[in-house]
Amino acid sequence: MAKSTFVYVTYIRTTPEKLWAALTGVEFMKQYWFGCHCKSEWIVGSGWQNLSPDGQIMDDGEILESDPPRRLVIRWQNVFKPELEAEGASLCTLELEPMAGAVKLSITHSIEREPSKFIEAVSGGWPKVLSNLKSVLETGSAVLDEPYPAPRAR
Amino acid sequence: MTERRNTDALFKALADPSRRRLLDLLHAHDGRSLNELCEHLDMTRQGVTQHLDILEAVNLVATQRRGREKLHFLNPVPLQEIYERWIAKFEKPRLKALAELKQRLERTDG
Repeated sequence: MAKSTFVYVTYIRTTPEKLWAALTGVEFMKQYWFGCHCKSEWIVGSGWQNLSPDGQIMDDGEILESDPPRRLVIRWQNVFKPELEAEGASLCTLELEPMAGAVKLSITHSIEREPSKFIEAVSGGWPKVLSNLKSVLETGSAVLDEPYPAPRAR
Repeated sequence: MTERRNTDALFKALADPSRRRLLDLLHAHDGRSLNELCEHLDMTRQGVTQHLDILEAVNLVATQRRGREKLHFLNPVPLQEIYERWIAKFEKPRLKALAELKQRLERTDG
């Protein structure tokens, strides 16, 4: 495979409808995405933007597929860091599959180049966001308030 | 599966050098087929398959079909959960103590 891809999977004890609402609702997103949120109509062809807590546009793109509460495909381009923006657009697919008492959420993020600094950058963030999302849905509160909570001992 | 049994299975999956090697191989290069992984391991194809099945069962490996091939991806989400539950919690008091020590020493020096 010539391109860079990662696949992240988590099982969350919730319903596909609640998970979809958490993935697309602004206030919900801020709770588990360290104050960031995505702005979109969430229908095919509508714009999509990921905004930092202070309202700066970090990523820009478009909804390519939307099948609530099952599947969402986003054309996702970083516009915040020049070296990441230069790599062009990536593709982010979110799939929700109901399992017994839970929902399997799979996130596949890929870009047509290897190696990719963009993929390196987002792959560090997704596990923290997903872990927080799971916690917010299952317990009502996030595990981490900041993406890098404690200073590293040197 | 209950939370406790999930955690037991996750630590058991990690308590094997061949399986940790598989995770390292996927970390170095994600999205590999069974054949590609077998090239790097001195183990039968069946052995590698069994280890991959165990890793997939605890969600440390995610798979996707690309045509005839099944590709394996490292899924670090359970490791993040271990980090939050079993590492970050115990790390904090020590970091706090270090920060206080640094503050005290620097104050004395100044």
